Amino acid sequence: MARTLIQAPASARRGEIVEVRVTIAHPMETGYRPGADGRVLPRDILRRFTCRYGGEVVFAAELHPAIAANPYLAFHVRAEASGTLEFEWVGDNGFAQVEQRALQVA
Amino acid sequence: FAFAFNKTAFDAKSIADAVKAYGGAAPAESKDVTLTAPDIAENGAVVPMAVASSLPNLKHLLVLVEKNPSALVAKFDVSDAVEPNFSTRAKMGQTSDVYAVAITKDNKAFFAKKEVKVTLGGCGG
Repeated sequence: MARTLIQAPASARRGEIVEVRVTIAHPMETGYRPGADGRVLPRDILRRFTCRYGGEVVFAAELHPAIAANPYLAFHVRAEASGTLEFEWVGDNGFAQVEQRALQVA
Repeated sequence: FAFAFNKTAFDAKSIADAVKAYGGAAPAESKDVTLTAPDIAENGAVVPMAVASSLPNLKHLLVLVEKNPSALVAKFDVSDAVEPNFSTRAKMGQTSDVYAVAITKDNKAFFAKKEVKVTLGGCGG
């Protein structure tokens, strides 16, 4: 499991726009870079990030080799109802990780 | 892989190719798309970038770096529940124009661009 850092508020008012920031530890090896032995290192990147809110996809991103190591994403979600925010990363070599955070809407 | 990855977009070398791969028409410059990036990036391995748009009916927001080996950096899918305002960090091999492209649901494309000077490239070597 890769280490993740998720910053999302635990509670919000209905209709409030909350900022969600996520990072995950990942090298994002581009596949263009030679290693110490002069051979090009094989590509190893995260390809897709999905955020579900109450089971529905609200935000998705396709990541490409030019995303910096330890991908950081920040986005803004409109809080409508209490539910879980579910973050999913999928990548090369079968990488898959899911994290959840509860969001309480008053 | 369990998800469909846009092969055409992945191989896209130019801005126009990448926009076309996601169904957008030839992009026009627009004030309704904003791109926030530093004027000078000291370290090309980590360049903070933010894109936002005030256009209605948005489908995708793309970030592209023209002189990278593959131009596309990221594609963000916009839904009604999120604000079209995203930030991330990108790698840049050399000084280049950076583009933010907004594609609307009726396949129109609008862009904003900014030159970012890189003093130390982010692609090894």
